[in-house]
Amino acid sequence: MTNETDSSESAITIPIVTEPRNCCGGGGCAPKHEPRKGSRFLKQGGWLIIALPLWFVIYRYLQPFADYLTSSVFGLDPASHLGSAVAFFLYDSPKVLMLLALVVLGVTFIQTFISPERTRDILAKRAGAWSNLLASLLGIFTPFCSCSAVPLFIGFVRVGVPLGATFSFLVSAPMVNEVALFMLLGLFGWKIAGLYAVTGVTIAFISGWILGKLKMERHLEAWVMEIPYNAQTASDYKMNFTNRLYAAIQGVKEIVGKVWPYILVGIAVGAFIHGYVPEALMARFMGKGAWWSVPLAVVIGVPLYSNAAGVMPIVQALLGKGAALGTVLAFMMAVIGLSLPETIILRKVLKPTLIAVFVGVVATGIMLVGYLFNFIL
Amino acid sequence: MPVIEICGPGCSRCKILAERADEAAKSLGLDYTLTKVTDMPQIMARGVMTTPAMVVDGVVKIQGQIPSVEALAALLGGKN
Repeated sequence: MTNETDSSESAITIPIVTEPRNCCGGGGCAPKHEPRKGSRFLKQGGWLIIALPLWFVIYRYLQPFADYLTSSVFGLDPASHLGSAVAFFLYDSPKVLMLLALVVLGVTFIQTFISPERTRDILAKRAGAWSNLLASLLGIFTPFCSCSAVPLFIGFVRVGVPLGATFSFLVSAPMVNEVALFMLLGLFGWKIAGLYAVTGVTIAFISGWILGKLKMERHLEAWVMEIPYNAQTASDYKMNFTNRLYAAIQGVKEIVGKVWPYILVGIAVGAFIHGYVPEALMARFMGKGAWWSVPLAVVIGVPLYSNAAGVMPIVQALLGKGAALGTVLAFMMAVIGLSLPETIILRKVLKPTLIAVFVGVVATGIMLVGYLFNFIL
Repeated sequence: MPVIEICGPGCSRCKILAERADEAAKSLGLDYTLTKVTDMPQIMARGVMTTPAMVVDGVVKIQGQIPSVEALAALLGGKN
Protein backbone atom coordinates (compact mmCIF):
# COMPACT_ATOMS: atom_id res chain seq x y z
CA MET A 1 0.00 0.00 0.00
CA THR A 2 1.38 3.34 -0.94
CA ASN A 3 1.05 6.19 1.42
CA GLU A 4 -0.05 9.59 0.26
CA THR A 5 -0.13 11.10 3.70
CA ASP A 6 1.72 14.32 3.02
CA SER A 7 -0.21 15.35 -0.04
CA SER A 8 -3.73 15.01 1.30
CA GLU A 9 -3.20 15.96 4.93
CA SER A 10 -4.98 19.28 4.46
CA ALA A 11 -8.15 17.48 3.49
CA ILE A 12 -8.86 16.52 7.07
CA THR A 13 -9.33 19.66 9.03
CA ILE A 14 -12.86 19.00 10.18
CA PRO A 15 -13.92 19.35 13.77
CA ILE A 16 -15.03 15.87 14.57
CA VAL A 17 -14.98 12.87 16.78
CA THR A 18 -16.60 9.47 16.27
CA GLU A 19 -18.90 6.57 15.02
CA PRO A 20 -22.00 6.22 12.89
CA ARG A 21 -24.69 3.66 13.05
CA ASN A 22 -23.02 2.28 9.99
CA CYS A 23 -25.14 -0.76 9.99
CA CYS A 24 -26.33 -3.35 7.68
CA GLY A 25 -29.79 -3.18 6.24
CA GLY A 26 -30.86 -1.62 2.96
CA GLY A 27 -27.55 -0.34 1.77
CA GLY A 28 -25.87 -1.73 -1.24
CA CYS A 29 -24.52 1.69 -1.93
CA ALA A 30 -20.85 1.08 -1.51
CA PRO A 31 -19.47 0.45 -4.95
CA LYS A 32 -18.12 -2.99 -5.63
CA HIS A 33 -15.36 -1.89 -7.93
CA GLU A 34 -13.06 1.00 -7.67
CA PRO A 35 -12.18 2.75 -10.89
CA ARG A 36 -8.91 1.36 -12.10
CA LYS A 37 -7.87 4.31 -14.24
CA GLY A 38 -7.11 7.92 -13.50
CA SER A 39 -4.65 9.48 -11.16
CA ARG A 40 -3.96 7.34 -8.15
CA PHE A 41 -3.79 10.35 -5.89
CA LEU A 42 -7.17 11.68 -7.00
CA LYS A 43 -8.70 8.26 -6.68
CA GLN A 44 -7.47 7.88 -3.15
CA GLY A 45 -9.22 10.98 -1.94
CA GLY A 46 -7.07 13.82 -3.26
CA TRP A 47 -10.22 15.36 -4.75
CA LEU A 48 -11.26 16.23 -1.22
CA ILE A 49 -8.76 19.11 -1.27
CA ILE A 50 -11.03 20.80 -3.83
CA ALA A 51 -14.31 19.41 -2.54
CA LEU A 52 -14.02 20.56 1.06
CA PRO A 53 -13.57 24.31 0.43
CA LEU A 54 -16.32 24.09 -2.17
CA TRP A 55 -18.50 22.48 0.49
CA PHE A 56 -18.13 25.50 2.76
CA VAL A 57 -18.87 27.96 -0.04
CA ILE A 58 -22.05 26.15 -1.11
CA TYR A 59 -23.15 25.67 2.50
CA ARG A 60 -22.98 29.43 3.10
CA TYR A 61 -25.23 30.29 0.19
CA LEU A 62 -27.94 27.70 0.76
CA GLN A 63 -30.36 30.08 2.51
CA PRO A 64 -30.39 32.88 -0.09
CA PHE A 65 -30.62 30.29 -2.83
CA ALA A 66 -33.62 28.56 -1.20
CA ASP A 67 -35.34 31.92 -0.66
CA TYR A 68 -34.71 32.89 -4.26
CA LEU A 69 -36.14 29.60 -5.53
CA THR A 70 -39.23 29.91 -3.33
CA SER A 71 -40.15 33.50 -4.08
CA SER A 72 -38.81 34.15 -7.57
CA VAL A 73 -38.93 30.78 -9.28
CA PHE A 74 -42.01 29.27 -7.63
CA GLY A 75 -43.63 32.63 -6.95
CA LEU A 76 -44.65 31.76 -3.39
CA ASP A 77 -45.06 34.23 -0.58
CA PRO A 78 -42.46 33.30 2.09
CA ALA A 79 -44.91 34.38 4.78
CA SER A 80 -47.65 31.98 3.62
CA HIS A 81 -48.02 28.46 5.02
CA LEU A 82 -47.01 26.83 1.76
CA GLY A 83 -44.21 29.27 1.02
CA SER A 84 -42.71 28.85 4.46
CA ALA A 85 -42.90 25.05 4.24
CA VAL A 86 -41.35 25.01 0.76
CA ALA A 87 -38.55 27.38 1.78
CA PHE A 88 -37.84 25.20 4.82
CA PHE A 89 -37.64 22.09 2.67
CA LEU A 90 -35.45 23.67 -0.03
CA TYR A 91 -33.05 25.05 2.52
CA ASP A 92 -32.97 22.12 4.90
CA SER A 93 -32.61 19.21 2.49
CA PRO A 94 -29.25 20.23 1.03
CA LYS A 95 -28.12 21.60 4.37
CA VAL A 96 -28.78 18.44 6.37
CA LEU A 97 -27.42 16.17 3.64
CA MET A 98 -24.24 18.20 3.26
CA LEU A 99 -23.73 18.37 6.99
CA LEU A 100 -24.31 14.65 7.25
CA ALA A 101 -21.73 13.90 4.55
CA LEU A 102 -19.11 16.04 6.26
CA VAL A 103 -19.83 14.63 9.72
CA VAL A 104 -19.75 11.03 8.51
CA LEU A 105 -16.49 11.65 6.67
CA GLY A 106 -14.81 13.02 9.77
CA VAL A 107 -16.35 10.59 12.20
CA THR A 108 -15.54 7.50 10.13
CA PHE A 109 -11.98 8.69 9.67
CA ILE A 110 -11.50 9.12 13.41
CA GLN A 111 -13.16 5.78 14.06
CA THR A 112 -10.53 3.93 12.11
CA PHE A 113 -8.34 4.58 15.15
CA ILE A 114 -10.73 2.80 17.51
CA SER A 115 -12.04 -0.75 17.45
CA PRO A 116 -14.57 -2.58 19.63
CA GLU A 117 -11.87 -5.18 20.31
CA ARG A 118 -9.63 -2.61 21.94
CA THR A 119 -12.52 -1.13 23.92
CA ARG A 120 -13.32 -4.64 25.14
CA ASP A 121 -9.75 -5.29 26.24
CA ILE A 122 -9.60 -1.96 28.08
CA LEU A 123 -12.85 -2.72 29.91
CA ALA A 124 -11.92 -6.30 30.75
CA LYS A 125 -9.47 -5.10 33.38
CA ARG A 126 -11.96 -2.90 35.25
CA ALA A 127 -14.58 -3.43 37.89
CA GLY A 128 -17.14 -1.45 39.83
CA ALA A 129 -18.63 1.92 38.97
CA TRP A 130 -15.50 3.00 37.09
CA SER A 131 -16.06 0.26 34.58
CA ASN A 132 -19.56 1.64 33.95
CA LEU A 133 -18.32 5.17 33.49
CA LEU A 134 -15.48 4.11 31.21
CA ALA A 135 -17.82 1.89 29.18
CA SER A 136 -20.29 4.76 28.77
CA LEU A 137 -17.56 7.09 27.56
CA LEU A 138 -15.97 4.55 25.23
CA GLY A 139 -19.44 3.82 23.87
CA ILE A 140 -19.53 7.28 22.30
CA PHE A 141 -16.42 6.79 20.24
CA THR A 142 -16.35 3.09 19.50
CA PRO A 143 -17.78 2.09 16.13
CA PHE A 144 -20.87 0.04 16.77
CA CYS A 145 -23.31 -1.60 14.43
CA SER A 146 -26.46 -3.15 15.83
CA CYS A 147 -25.97 -6.21 13.61
CA SER A 148 -22.82 -6.91 15.64
CA ALA A 149 -24.65 -6.49 18.95
CA VAL A 150 -24.83 -10.23 19.70
CA PRO A 151 -21.20 -11.19 19.06
CA LEU A 152 -20.14 -7.98 20.76
CA PHE A 153 -22.19 -8.75 23.83
CA ILE A 154 -20.78 -12.29 24.06
CA GLY A 155 -17.26 -11.11 23.36
CA PHE A 156 -17.45 -8.54 26.14
CA VAL A 157 -18.95 -10.87 28.73
CA ARG A 158 -16.63 -13.75 27.91
CA VAL A 159 -13.38 -11.87 28.34
CA GLY A 160 -14.57 -10.71 31.74
CA VAL A 161 -16.08 -7.28 31.17
CA PRO A 162 -18.61 -6.88 34.02
CA LEU A 163 -22.21 -7.37 32.89
CA GLY A 164 -23.11 -3.89 34.12
CA ALA A 165 -20.30 -2.29 32.09
CA THR A 166 -21.38 -4.26 29.04
CA PHE A 167 -24.84 -2.77 29.41
CA SER A 168 -23.43 0.71 29.90
CA PHE A 169 -21.66 0.24 26.58
CA LEU A 170 -24.76 -1.16 24.87
CA VAL A 171 -26.79 1.84 25.99
CA SER A 172 -24.19 4.48 25.26
CA ALA A 173 -23.04 3.20 21.85
CA PRO A 174 -26.33 3.73 20.03
CA MET A 175 -27.78 6.49 22.22
CA VAL A 176 -24.85 8.87 22.23
CA ASN A 177 -24.46 8.62 18.51
CA GLU A 178 -21.49 10.64 17.34
CA VAL A 179 -23.09 11.48 14.02
CA ALA A 180 -26.09 12.85 15.92
CA LEU A 181 -23.74 14.68 18.26
CA PHE A 182 -22.00 16.56 15.46
CA MET A 183 -25.20 17.12 13.54
CA LEU A 184 -26.61 18.76 16.68
CA LEU A 185 -23.46 20.80 16.99
CA GLY A 186 -23.78 21.98 13.40
CA LEU A 187 -27.51 22.66 13.55
CA PHE A 188 -28.09 23.96 17.08
CA GLY A 189 -24.73 24.81 18.59
CA TRP A 190 -22.59 23.39 21.34
CA LYS A 191 -25.02 23.80 24.23
CA ILE A 192 -27.61 21.38 22.92
CA ALA A 193 -24.92 19.04 21.59
CA GLY A 194 -23.22 19.08 24.98
CA LEU A 195 -26.45 18.46 26.87
CA TYR A 196 -27.15 15.52 24.63
CA ALA A 197 -23.72 13.96 25.17
CA VAL A 198 -23.61 14.51 28.91
CA THR A 199 -27.13 13.27 29.61
CA GLY A 200 -26.70 10.28 27.27
CA VAL A 201 -23.50 9.21 29.01
CA THR A 202 -25.14 9.70 32.39
CA ILE A 203 -28.11 7.51 31.47
CA ALA A 204 -25.77 4.81 30.15
CA PHE A 205 -23.59 5.02 33.25
CA ILE A 206 -26.45 4.78 35.74
CA SER A 207 -28.51 2.19 33.83
CA GLY A 208 -25.49 -0.09 33.50
CA TRP A 209 -24.60 0.38 37.13
CA ILE A 210 -28.14 -0.52 38.24
CA LEU A 211 -28.24 -3.54 35.93
CA GLY A 212 -24.89 -4.66 37.33
CA LYS A 213 -26.17 -4.35 40.90
CA LEU A 214 -29.25 -6.42 40.09
CA LYS A 215 -27.05 -9.50 39.50
CA MET A 216 -28.76 -10.47 36.29
CA GLU A 217 -26.21 -13.10 35.19
CA ARG A 218 -28.73 -15.92 35.49
CA HIS A 219 -30.95 -14.17 32.96
CA LEU A 220 -28.46 -14.64 30.16
CA GLU A 221 -29.21 -17.34 27.64
CA ALA A 222 -27.12 -20.42 28.45
CA TRP A 223 -25.20 -20.52 25.17
CA VAL A 224 -23.62 -17.15 25.88
CA MET A 225 -21.31 -18.72 28.46
CA GLU A 226 -21.11 -22.17 26.86
CA ILE A 227 -20.02 -21.68 23.27
CA PRO A 228 -16.31 -21.92 22.57
CA TYR A 229 -14.83 -18.46 22.25
CA ASN A 230 -11.19 -17.56 22.05
CA ALA A 231 -10.97 -13.80 21.67
CA GLN A 232 -8.81 -12.49 18.84
CA THR A 233 -7.74 -8.96 19.45
CA ALA A 234 -6.42 -7.46 16.30
CA SER A 235 -6.64 -7.98 12.62
CA ASP A 236 -3.84 -7.96 10.09
CA TYR A 237 -5.25 -5.03 8.20
CA LYS A 238 -2.74 -2.24 8.71
CA MET A 239 -4.28 1.17 8.86
CA ASN A 240 -2.34 3.89 7.12
CA PHE A 241 -3.60 7.28 5.99
CA THR A 242 -4.75 5.99 2.61
CA ASN A 243 -6.74 3.17 4.19
CA ARG A 244 -8.34 5.47 6.73
CA LEU A 245 -9.36 7.96 4.08
CA TYR A 246 -10.70 5.12 1.98
CA ALA A 247 -12.78 3.89 4.91
CA ALA A 248 -14.09 7.43 5.53
CA ILE A 249 -15.17 7.94 1.92
CA GLN A 250 -16.78 4.50 1.86
CA GLY A 251 -18.58 5.39 5.07
CA VAL A 252 -20.05 8.52 3.47
CA LYS A 253 -21.20 6.60 0.40
CA GLU A 254 -22.70 3.85 2.50
CA ILE A 255 -24.49 5.99 5.07
CA VAL A 256 -25.59 8.94 2.96
CA GLY A 257 -26.56 6.53 0.18
CA LYS A 258 -28.71 4.58 2.61
CA VAL A 259 -30.35 7.30 4.68
CA TRP A 260 -31.08 10.12 2.23
CA PRO A 261 -34.68 9.03 1.54
CA TYR A 262 -35.39 8.96 5.27
CA ILE A 263 -33.85 12.36 5.70
CA LEU A 264 -36.01 13.80 2.94
CA VAL A 265 -39.10 12.30 4.56
CA GLY A 266 -37.96 13.70 7.90
CA ILE A 267 -37.47 17.14 6.36
CA ALA A 268 -40.86 16.97 4.66
CA VAL A 269 -42.46 16.24 8.04
CA GLY A 270 -40.37 19.01 9.52
CA ALA A 271 -41.41 21.40 6.73
CA PHE A 272 -45.08 20.59 7.36
CA ILE A 273 -44.68 21.30 11.07
CA HIS A 274 -42.78 24.47 10.24
CA GLY A 275 -45.37 25.79 7.81
CA TYR A 276 -48.68 24.54 9.14
CA VAL A 277 -48.59 23.60 12.82
CA PRO A 278 -49.42 26.67 14.91
CA GLU A 279 -47.09 27.43 17.79
CA ALA A 280 -49.93 27.49 20.30
CA LEU A 281 -50.85 23.92 19.43
CA MET A 282 -47.24 22.79 19.75
CA ALA A 283 -46.93 24.49 23.11
CA ARG A 284 -50.01 22.68 24.33
CA PHE A 285 -48.80 19.25 23.28
CA MET A 286 -45.05 19.48 23.61
CA GLY A 287 -44.56 22.48 25.86
CA LYS A 288 -43.25 22.40 29.40
CA GLY A 289 -46.74 22.54 30.88
CA ALA A 290 -47.82 19.21 29.42
CA TRP A 291 -46.42 16.74 31.95
CA TRP A 292 -47.54 13.73 29.94
CA SER A 293 -45.67 14.80 26.83
CA VAL A 294 -42.35 13.32 28.03
CA PRO A 295 -43.57 9.74 28.56
CA LEU A 296 -45.60 10.07 25.37
CA ALA A 297 -42.49 11.13 23.44
CA VAL A 298 -40.68 8.04 24.74
CA VAL A 299 -43.57 5.69 24.00
CA ILE A 300 -43.81 7.02 20.45
CA GLY A 301 -40.03 7.11 20.03
CA VAL A 302 -39.11 3.54 21.01
CA PRO A 303 -40.90 1.61 18.23
CA LEU A 304 -40.00 4.32 15.70
CA TYR A 305 -36.69 3.21 14.38
CA SER A 306 -34.72 5.84 12.63
CA ASN A 307 -31.10 6.58 12.23
CA ALA A 308 -29.75 9.60 14.00
CA ALA A 309 -29.64 11.70 10.84
CA GLY A 310 -33.26 11.06 9.90
CA VAL A 311 -34.59 12.33 13.19
CA MET A 312 -32.62 15.61 13.05
CA PRO A 313 -34.97 17.58 10.78
CA ILE A 314 -37.93 16.66 12.98
CA VAL A 315 -36.03 17.74 16.08
CA GLN A 316 -35.20 20.98 14.33
CA ALA A 317 -38.80 21.72 13.39
CA LEU A 318 -40.12 20.82 16.85
CA LEU A 319 -37.61 23.03 18.62
CA GLY A 320 -38.24 25.85 16.16
CA LYS A 321 -41.94 25.74 16.94
CA GLY A 322 -41.44 26.05 20.65
CA ALA A 323 -41.56 22.44 21.81
CA ALA A 324 -39.81 22.00 25.17
CA LEU A 325 -36.17 20.95 24.90
CA GLY A 326 -36.50 18.12 27.43
CA THR A 327 -39.40 16.57 25.54
CA VAL A 328 -37.59 16.79 22.22
CA LEU A 329 -34.39 15.36 23.71
CA ALA A 330 -36.36 12.46 25.22
CA PHE A 331 -38.00 11.80 21.88
CA MET A 332 -34.68 11.81 20.05
CA MET A 333 -32.98 9.52 22.56
CA ALA A 334 -35.88 7.09 22.52
CA VAL A 335 -35.81 6.94 18.72
CA ILE A 336 -32.09 6.37 18.27
CA GLY A 337 -31.13 4.82 21.61
CA LEU A 338 -33.83 2.28 22.27
CA SER A 339 -34.82 0.56 19.11
CA LEU A 340 -37.15 -2.33 18.62
CA PRO A 341 -34.92 -4.15 16.08
CA GLU A 342 -31.95 -4.02 18.42
CA THR A 343 -34.05 -5.33 21.31
CA ILE A 344 -35.15 -8.24 19.13
CA ILE A 345 -31.51 -8.96 18.22
CA LEU A 346 -30.51 -8.89 21.89
CA ARG A 347 -33.24 -11.40 22.72
CA LYS A 348 -30.83 -14.05 21.39
CA VAL A 349 -28.56 -13.50 24.37
CA LEU A 350 -30.88 -12.09 27.04
CA LYS A 351 -33.89 -13.78 28.60
CA PRO A 352 -37.19 -11.84 28.50
CA THR A 353 -36.89 -10.66 32.12
CA LEU A 354 -33.52 -9.07 31.43
CA ILE A 355 -34.75 -7.49 28.19
CA ALA A 356 -37.69 -5.98 30.06
CA VAL A 357 -35.48 -4.65 32.86
CA PHE A 358 -33.01 -3.26 30.32
CA VAL A 359 -35.66 -1.41 28.32
CA GLY A 360 -37.43 -0.28 31.50
CA VAL A 361 -34.31 1.15 33.13
CA VAL A 362 -33.17 2.98 30.01
CA ALA A 363 -36.64 4.35 29.20
CA THR A 364 -36.96 5.60 32.77
CA GLY A 365 -33.58 7.31 32.45
CA ILE A 366 -34.65 9.02 29.22
CA MET A 367 -37.86 10.25 30.84
CA LEU A 368 -36.00 11.62 33.85
CA VAL A 369 -33.71 13.55 31.52
CA GLY A 370 -36.75 14.93 29.70
CA TYR A 371 -38.37 16.10 32.92
CA LEU A 372 -35.11 17.48 34.26
CA PHE A 373 -34.59 19.75 31.27
CA ASN A 374 -38.18 20.83 31.10
CA PHE A 375 -37.93 21.71 34.75
CA ILE A 376 -34.62 23.59 34.86
CA LEU A 377 -34.68 25.37 31.50
CA MET B 1 -4.67 -23.48 -0.95
CA PRO B 2 -6.02 -20.69 1.24
CA VAL B 3 -9.38 -21.21 2.91
CA ILE B 4 -11.14 -17.84 3.05
CA GLU B 5 -14.12 -17.45 5.36
CA ILE B 6 -16.31 -14.35 5.51
CA CYS B 7 -18.05 -14.09 8.87
CA GLY B 8 -21.24 -12.10 9.37
CA PRO B 9 -24.97 -12.52 9.80
CA GLY B 10 -25.54 -11.83 6.10
CA CYS B 11 -25.99 -8.09 5.98
CA SER B 12 -25.07 -5.92 3.04
CA ARG B 13 -21.65 -5.11 4.47
CA CYS B 14 -20.79 -8.80 4.67
CA LYS B 15 -21.79 -9.27 1.05
CA ILE B 16 -19.57 -6.44 -0.07
CA LEU B 17 -16.60 -7.87 1.83
CA ALA B 18 -17.22 -11.33 0.33
CA GLU B 19 -17.37 -9.93 -3.20
CA ARG B 20 -14.20 -7.94 -2.73
CA ALA B 21 -12.32 -10.84 -1.15
CA ASP B 22 -13.37 -13.00 -4.08
CA GLU B 23 -12.18 -10.42 -6.58
CA ALA B 24 -8.89 -9.94 -4.74
CA ALA B 25 -8.20 -13.68 -4.58
CA LYS B 26 -9.00 -14.03 -8.28
CA SER B 27 -6.72 -11.14 -9.17
CA LEU B 28 -3.86 -12.94 -7.42
CA GLY B 29 -4.64 -16.14 -9.28
CA LEU B 30 -4.96 -18.04 -6.00
CA ASP B 31 -6.33 -21.54 -5.79
CA TYR B 32 -8.75 -20.80 -2.95
CA THR B 33 -12.09 -21.62 -1.40
CA LEU B 34 -14.41 -18.90 -0.13
CA THR B 35 -17.27 -19.64 2.24
CA LYS B 36 -19.64 -17.48 4.21
CA VAL B 37 -20.06 -18.21 7.91
CA THR B 38 -23.40 -16.90 9.10
CA ASP B 39 -24.05 -19.05 12.18
CA MET B 40 -23.33 -16.98 15.29
CA PRO B 41 -21.68 -19.71 17.43
CA GLN B 42 -19.50 -20.59 14.44
CA ILE B 43 -18.49 -16.93 14.06
CA MET B 44 -17.69 -16.68 17.77
CA ALA B 45 -15.71 -19.94 17.65
CA ARG B 46 -13.32 -18.21 15.25
CA GLY B 47 -12.70 -15.50 17.82
CA VAL B 48 -14.57 -12.86 15.82
CA MET B 49 -16.49 -10.18 17.70
CA THR B 50 -17.12 -7.51 15.08
CA THR B 51 -18.60 -8.36 11.72
CA PRO B 52 -17.97 -8.45 8.82
CA ALA B 53 -14.76 -10.37 9.32
CA MET B 54 -12.38 -12.26 7.06
CA VAL B 55 -10.66 -15.38 8.37
CA VAL B 56 -7.94 -16.99 6.29
CA ASP B 57 -6.78 -20.50 7.19
CA GLY B 58 -8.22 -20.04 10.67
CA VAL B 59 -6.49 -16.71 11.30
CA VAL B 60 -8.62 -13.58 11.77
CA LYS B 61 -7.38 -11.09 9.17
CA ILE B 62 -10.07 -8.42 9.28
CA GLN B 63 -12.78 -7.50 11.78
CA GLY B 64 -15.43 -4.86 11.23
CA GLN B 65 -13.76 -3.29 8.20
CA ILE B 66 -14.35 -3.43 4.47
CA PRO B 67 -10.99 -2.69 2.85
CA SER B 68 -10.53 -2.03 -0.86
CA VAL B 69 -9.88 -4.87 -3.28
CA GLU B 70 -6.22 -3.80 -3.51
CA ALA B 71 -5.80 -3.87 0.27
CA LEU B 72 -7.45 -7.30 0.43
CA ALA B 73 -5.17 -8.57 -2.30
CA ALA B 74 -2.17 -7.33 -0.31
CA LEU B 75 -3.48 -9.17 2.75
CA LEU B 76 -4.17 -12.38 0.87
CA GLY B 77 -0.82 -12.19 -0.91
CA GLY B 78 0.90 -11.91 2.48
CA LYS B 79 2.56 -8.61 1.61
CA ASN B 80 0.88 -6.48 4.23
